[in-house]
This record gives sequence, structure tokens and C-alpha cells, in this order.
Amino acid sequence: MAALPAKLGVVVTAPLVLLARAVDPPLRWWQRMAGQGGMAAVFLLPNLAIFGVFVLFPLALNFVYSTTAGTDILLQGRSFVGGAQYARLLECRDYLDPLTCREDTFWTAAANTLVFVVLQVTMMVVVSTITALILNREIRARGFFRAVFFFPVLLSPVVVGLIWRWILQRQGLLNLVMVSLGLEPEVWLNDRTYAFAATIGVSVWAHMGFYTLILLAGLQAIPKDLYEAAEMDGTRPARVFWRITLPLLGPNLAVVLVLALIRGVQIFDEVYVLTGGGPGTSTLYLTQYIYEVGFASVLRNPGLAAAASILMGLVLVVLTLCQLWLSRRGEAKGAK
Amino acid sequence: MTETKLTCVAAMALAGLGTAASAQDATELRMMWYSDGIEGEIMADLLERFEAEHPGIDVVLDNVAYQVTQEQLPIQLASGQGPDIARVASNLKSDSEHWLDLRPYLSDEETAYWEENFGARFDWMRPDGSDAIPGFLTQLTLTGGFANATLFEQAGVELPGPDATWDDWIEASRAVAEDQGLPAAFAIDRSGHRISGPNASFGADYIAEDGSPAPVDAATLEFAGRLVSWAEDGTMLPDTWVSAAGTTYRDARESFVNAQVPFWYSGSWQVAFLSESIGDAFDWVAVGSPCGPEGCSGLAGGAGLVAVKYTDHPEEVATLMDWLAGEEIVREFSKRTLFLPAHAGIVEAGGLDFASEDPLVPPALDRFVEASGETLPLADALPAWEWAGIYYGALVARISQVMADEISMEQARELMDRDIADAVENASQ
Amino acid sequence: MRRVVSFLARRRGHGGRWHWTDAVTWLWLVGGTVLMFGPALWLVASSFKGPAQLAEFPPTLLPYEQIVVQVEGHDAPLPLYEVAGPHGTTRQLAEIRRIGTNAQMVDPTDPDTRLNVDIAARTPIREIGLALDNYVQPLVANDFLRFLWNSVFVTVMATLITLLTNSMAAFALSKYRFRGRDAVMLLIVATLMVPLSVILVPLYSVVNATGLLDSLWGVILPTVATPTGVFLLRQYMLTIPDELLEAARMDHASEWQIYWRIVLPLAAPALAVLAIFSVVWRWNDFLWPLIVLSRRETYTLQVGLNTYAGELNVQWHYILAMTVVTMIPVVLVFVFLQRFITTGIAGAGIK
Repeated sequence: MAALPAKLGVVVTAPLVLLARAVDPPLRWWQRMAGQGGMAAVFLLPNLAIFGVFVLFPLALNFVYSTTAGTDILLQGRSFVGGAQYARLLECRDYLDPLTCREDTFWTAAANTLVFVVLQVTMMVVVSTITALILNREIRARGFFRAVFFFPVLLSPVVVGLIWRWILQRQGLLNLVMVSLGLEPEVWLNDRTYAFAATIGVSVWAHMGFYTLILLAGLQAIPKDLYEAAEMDGTRPARVFWRITLPLLGPNLAVVLVLALIRGVQIFDEVYVLTGGGPGTSTLYLTQYIYEVGFASVLRNPGLAAAASILMGLVLVVLTLCQLWLSRRGEAKGAK
Repeated sequence: MTETKLTCVAAMALAGLGTAASAQDATELRMMWYSDGIEGEIMADLLERFEAEHPGIDVVLDNVAYQVTQEQLPIQLASGQGPDIARVASNLKSDSEHWLDLRPYLSDEETAYWEENFGARFDWMRPDGSDAIPGFLTQLTLTGGFANATLFEQAGVELPGPDATWDDWIEASRAVAEDQGLPAAFAIDRSGHRISGPNASFGADYIAEDGSPAPVDAATLEFAGRLVSWAEDGTMLPDTWVSAAGTTYRDARESFVNAQVPFWYSGSWQVAFLSESIGDAFDWVAVGSPCGPEGCSGLAGGAGLVAVKYTDHPEEVATLMDWLAGEEIVREFSKRTLFLPAHAGIVEAGGLDFASEDPLVPPALDRFVEASGETLPLADALPAWEWAGIYYGALVARISQVMADEISMEQARELMDRDIADAVENASQ
Repeated sequence: MRRVVSFLARRRGHGGRWHWTDAVTWLWLVGGTVLMFGPALWLVASSFKGPAQLAEFPPTLLPYEQIVVQVEGHDAPLPLYEVAGPHGTTRQLAEIRRIGTNAQMVDPTDPDTRLNVDIAARTPIREIGLALDNYVQPLVANDFLRFLWNSVFVTVMATLITLLTNSMAAFALSKYRFRGRDAVMLLIVATLMVPLSVILVPLYSVVNATGLLDSLWGVILPTVATPTGVFLLRQYMLTIPDELLEAARMDHASEWQIYWRIVLPLAAPALAVLAIFSVVWRWNDFLWPLIVLSRRETYTLQVGLNTYAGELNVQWHYILAMTVVTMIPVVLVFVFLQRFITTGIAGAGIK
């Protein structure tokens, strides 16, 4: 059984092996000419070239877009307006009430995203920590259950949205359950609170498996003798959890927290399929706002969308720096 | 197998990947086509026949989702790309600068034929003041209502007559819904286009004297207010309107087909699909547009087949377009798709026997033809009005917010005016 | 039965003593299994229902089909109904046609007598049946094999290029000291999480300018330079001891050979994780291919699926069925490689 994948692997990688052999002589020559530093450039070049053309350059271009107005997609058809789009986005009479803002939908989306991220990340961390703790117990078929919780991570966001829409809609599975329990069926996605809760629940459902694995790895790295010592001392289990497990899980928890935070801010496909942002604008999040304003809506305004995405990008960069800082701190702690 | 051998095989396989699309001698034309029903299959049929008659031209039909023609196509066009021919619905006017003028490629005789039979609606798909021949409508549509006659009968409620008002219809449907234990009495598609016919019936006017968008008027708010109150008291099925934010289109057909609402406001293009999906489950009738104080107006529209000016083969495109616009072809297309033709000659001749065995279809289509005589001036002007899409978008986005209880109608009015002004300003920059 | 119970109740660890945490564990695992698998199974069950049955409320768990019978004197088979008669009796009748609230029915054993029945008094007789047409129709009519091929091409190519370029970059970033290394690293980390939907417009103009529209490479290239991949591989390569590299250099191995013959094999666990993720991501990609590909011979499966959404008409029965089809490879990856994935991420991904 193992021979087949191995052979298949050879077939797939064979052209690459050929390629690798072919490029060695010229690279040797280059190594003699340019030294080790030159080789670093060679290794970096392919990735950086693609990265530059398809990620960095569009990012820079996005900034240029944010200073222009018009409905044209191509830059040559657009007129320069300086910071007008930013001014429009940031103009508010009362920053606590989105409706007083010039771009009320942007602020509604931002507020929704904020509440969503806080609740979703909290729930994600709690649920995946509990799951990881349970999977770390000595249970039967641990591999199977680990796989069970990981399964939705592999589904495409569109499929995730579709599956849950199929459950929560009027003729859905949940209403079947309600009716068979003798309860009144409900149109879940028509209700602001339920719809909002559904977006949180569904995104936790879809991604918790990934975070559970990270936490599980952390739990398994905690030395067993610590627990044995605690048991010898007769320490209460709750105290063991707060004093040993949680602190030692700290670095992994930090990674989970930041990753979940960043991905929470970016939530889009699942929600777009599930609720489309409704009812009203109650599940309209920033990424959907940007997509619609920049691309999809008849009221299209790519410049405004670009400005909004740059504001959002700033927040993301801050979050990423937080991650770096936290993981550095984690590393430093681990080294101690 | 040795490693080297495998390497060779794999390398050959890899080399083969690039040659999938082989070169062809015939001129290839691409047609981007979205389908609501079976029209894609029928167009494929027609194109096959065209190719047999014109061996030098090869037409590839790219079936796409409607969303693609609405979201991706405009971007392709803006960057000077796109198919040679496209079927477009809501962006016919707003993207009209990208359509090819077929006039230089048509003979005088052909030009006269186009002018005579399609001329009335060229303004829907060309910039104001232009005399271009950009394409033709594959179908003419008119918004209107459908009623589930079986549900009405079971509930013992008379179907309201031809002069019945919106309130009459809603009252009757409500009685049916209550009697039959339905989730709601009425549904309407989530679309600004759909509510604009009724708005016209209530006396709304979107267009200012100079052709720019007028502020949202009291008549528009009148009908919008009714929609909101119907949504709030459960008369209107809320699912369609609240199931999205922004300007997203949603239809309410499912709920009508499943007999969850006895009355549904949509349009003539649904006839073929209703016939197919309802089958024998219940009797349904087209009822035209209910009346408001000013009239009983629906709103005309249509999907247009237009040539794109970035094509490399304008001659061949014109040949194909002229062939497809031929009277016999249009007649056959309409017969088989159950679409209302937009060809003046065919309409005048009348008596198009639609290819349907369903006895419910002909009266439904006849009702729409009859209702097309009742449209009000605003409804006639909207399809050729530059800012219609923007106006519709603002209406949908804000009215659904009122339905979701996020803003009041008064706030919605201000926000709609601002959205429209912003979009107009941005478009002219 | 008793053995099953005792099997389930049996537990390892602290002898035979039950603790409340055991109950919680048990509940969590069983509930979790239902919650994680249930929705996907519901999707699969729904994909076998015909359009009419999909719309039914309350829905049934399993797909059903109406039973039809051949009745003498009628060409087409007629649907069979159970009709309630007086005094609580029922009989099976076939329906000829329905007029208003009345149905014209016939007893299959007595084809000559027509009966008028109120439609409220009849219920369709159904049996479990699969609406295979949902699957057959699109697979036959809609070039699905072509779409499948395109999806496979995109997935394989993108994954190979991702692995190659990302591992090269990760090698340089982890094993060389050069000026600007930290800057490059920071750049990569900073863009770690830029969502595609945010740079859609500029990215589109770039792809347009490079002439990659309507080409599978236009889908592949923008996705392969994933910062995530570089980051993950670099973190793993940092754990490969430098002494190995030095020893190879002593033996006059070129830098390229060091990368190819030493570092890559040693980084295999991390490469495997990245490969699996890349396959899943590229297979599932939707928004970007939808924008880039507008010619049917270039459609991927996910884009082809979307053609069932018309302006006025979403053909749910086809969409559900084709969604199940697109899920199959992912499920296969899952079934065969799950142990590898789950231990791989835990072991290699996050250090």
C-alpha cells in the first residue's frame, strides 16, 4: 500500500528532480561569482518576484486607488482627489452612533466587526481550549475524535456557508428538530440576534479544529512530572489547571488568540453565503463592505473601498505586530 | 519502472498540459450568456445551426452565472476586455459606452430592418444622444403579479379583479393566508426594479427636469411605507428582503412555487420557470400589476444581446447578430423560451403560439401583453434612464434597513438622497 | 447491549471511579461528533432530493420519491396517492389530473371508473429514492470533466510552485545572514493576513496588465507566494542544525545541493503540512477564479458550480449535488491523511 504513494510521488516530483539537476551547474558558477550572499538572492528571487507582483504591488496600487474617485476600474480613467475618500470615511458627528457618520454603512460594518471579533475570539478560545483539554485526557479513539473536530477546517468557506444556510433556513434541519420537539419553528436568519449568533457559531464551527490542534500540541508539551508532583501534594484539580496548565499553555494561547483575531477581522465568504449581511445590516462586516463598495454593488466606488481597506489594513498590521511581540515574548519565556 | 523513465513520462505529461487548446482556422467568437431557464440550451441549438450555415465562424457559448454579467463583465469592459457578444440585463444602459455600433457593418436593407423592428428600444442600450445600433433585446419583460388560484379557491376568496388596488390584493391574500395557515400573504423580489412599477402607480417620479435623479418623493415613500408595514405585521414574507444587506438581488420565487404565499410580485420572465417547476401542483395565474392612485403600472425591462466594441472581428459579430435578429430566429427563440419577443414585426403580427403544453401559460403571457399597455410615463422612461440602476440600488439598500428596524423612514429618505447624490457625483468624476 | 454500555462506560485512568469530568468528556465528544459531521451529512442527504422535496416543510431526513404506477389506458405512469374515504378507510388511487381543488383519480385495479377526490383528502405515497438526476444531469451536460481537469491542474501546479518557491525563500531567510533579511521577513509577516477581497481591484488590474485573464495561470500565480507558507517553513528550518550544512560545504556541495539534498528532505514534515493546506485552499478557491475566468473551457469546479445561479433562478438541487462532488476529494484527503495532518500541524506547524 505504501509503495503506490511512493511511486506516485516519484512521478509527480520527477520533472522537478530533472530541473533541480539541470540548474545545479549554472548555479555553481553563480555561487563562485557572487558568493553566498548572491545565493541568498537566488533563493529569494522567485518568491519575492511573484510576491512583489501579485501582493506588494497591488497593495501599493491600492493606496493610489484610495486617492482617486470615479467608477472606472482602471487607473487611467480615474481622477485624483487626494484625501477626500479618507475624509469622507472618517467624517462623523458622533463616533458612537454610526448613523451620524457620512459613510454610515462603513461605521456600522466596523462596529459589527468589532463586536463579532470580540465574541467570536472569546468563544473560539474557550471552545478550543475545552476541546483540547478533553482530547488530552486518556480517552479511547483519540485520533478519531481529533479528526472529527478538525474535519470542517478542510471545507471551503462557501460550502460551510451553504451547509449552515441549509440548516437554518425556513425549511431547514433545525426547524425539523424544533417541530419534532413540539416547538414553534423559527426563521432563524430573519432575526438580528440569531443571525448574528449564527455567524459567530458557524465560524467557530469551521475553524476551531485548527486552534484545538495548536493548543493540544501545547498541552502535550507540558512535562508529565509536574502533574505527578501536584498529585503527590494533593493539589486540587482546579488549582492544578490555574497554576500549571494555563500558564504553561500561555504561548500557544497567545498564538491562537492573535491568529483568531486576525482571521476574525477578515471574515467574509461564510457570512456572505450564510446571511448576505442581513437582516438589515446586522451581519454586515468590513470585508463584505469593502467587496461590495469596491466591486459588486451598483453604487460602486472603488476609491472609497480602497481607502476603507487601507484603514482596515492599518488595524491588521497593528494586530500582526502584536502577534510578533507576543510570540517573541513566548520564545523568550520558553528559552528561560 | 526506473526513476529516469518515470521522469521522462512525467515531463511529457507536463508538456502536454499546455497544448489543450489547439489552434483553429475558423474565426472564433465568444458569447457570454446567462440563463434563467432553458434559454441557454436553445441558444446553443441556434448557434449550432448558424455555424453549419457559416463554416468560417465558430461561436463559443460561455454560460455564466447572472452575477458574472453584473459584477465581472463591467470590470472586463472597463479594462478593454470582454467577450465579443454578451447577454446583459441590468447594465445595458450603464455600460453602453462599451457596446459596438453595428451600423457600419450592416447593409442599408439590414439597417432598415433593425431600425423598424428593434429601434424603439435602442435607447435602452446606447448613451443618450447616440444613434448607434448596439444590439437587440432577446426578450421583453414586464413586472407583474402571480396568484396561486388554487389557494384562493381553497380559501373561498375571490381573485381580485383587473382594477383591484394594491390594498385590495393584500387584503385578499391576507384572508387566503389566514384561512390556509400560510407563513405570509405576499412576497416581492428584493430589487429596486421590482418596486418601481408600483411606485409609479402611486405617482412617484424619479427623474428631475434636467434628467438627473430627483429627490425621493412622497409617493415613493408611500409605497415603501406600505412594504415596510406589511413586512412588520407579517403580511409580507420577510425572508427575501432581509436575507441580504446592500443592493444584492434576491427573488421570492421559491416561496411562491412552494405555495407558501398566495400572491407574488415579480415579472413575465418567470412564466416558463413557473410552468416547469409548479407543474401540476396548483393553478397559478398572472394578474398584471395592482393599481395605485395613479394607475396600474408595471415596469418594462429586458435582457439585451449586445456586441462589445473590443472585439477583433466586428464583421463576423455583425453577421452573427444580424442572423440572430432575423424574424424567424427571434420567433423560434420566443416560442421555445416562452419569453415575450421585443421584435415589433412579430408583436404586431401577434398570435405567437408558445411551445408549451401547459394550459396555464398562454393566458399568463396574454395577461402580460395586455398589461404592457398600462404602463405609466415614468415606467416607460426608466429603462432608458442613465441613473436608474443607482436609484434602484439606494431604494433597496435603505428600505431593507427600515424593515430591519435600523432606521426610520424619514432617515431612510435622507440616506437614499445622499446615496444617490454620492453615486452620481462619483460617476461623473 | 449490556456489553456496548459497559464498553462505553469503561474508562482508563483513575481505576473504575467515575468523576463528573468523565461525563463532560463523554458528552462533549458525542455532541461534538454529531455537531461536526451532522451538517455535512444533512447536505449529502439533501443533495439526493428532487427540487420539490427540497422545498418541503417540514423536511424529511431522507430523500423520498413519489411512487408511480402504470395504469391501463394511460401512456405515462401516474402518481399514486393514499385517499381517505368515509369511515376512516383508505384506498390507493392514481391521479390522472388535478383541476382546482379537485383531483381526478382512478383505481389502478379498476382503470375505467374515474373518481373525483378533494385534494385535501389525498396524500402522496412515497418511498425512499435518490434523485440521481441531480448528479447525472450536470455531469453529462456541463463539461464537468473539463472543469475537474482545470481544478486538478490549478491545484497541482499551485501546490508545486508554492512548495518550491516558498521553501527556497524560507531556506534563504533561515540559513543565510544578509543585509535586509529582517526587512524582508517583516514585509512577509506584515502581509501575512491581507485578505484577497480587499485588494481585488488593484490585483485585477495587475493580472489584466500581465495578460493572465482567462488563463489558469492567472488563478495560480497570485496565490502561490503565500506569506503563510514562507513563515511556516522558515520556522521549521530554523530547527535544522547549521552543523549539517557546514559538513556538506566541507564536502564541496554547492549551496543549491545543500538546499535540495539536505534541507528539503529534513523539512519534509513541514512541507507536507503546507502541501496539504495548499491543496485544500486551491481546491476550494472561489472568489478569485470567478473573477479571472470567464471562458467556460477555463472554469474550475467551483466556478462551474456557480453557473447554476441565474438572475432569477438558483437551481439548488444541482448546486447541492455538485457541492457534494467538489467535497469528495477533500474528504478523501481527510480520510487517508488525517493522522498525518493532525499530528503534522501539532508537531511541525507551531513551534
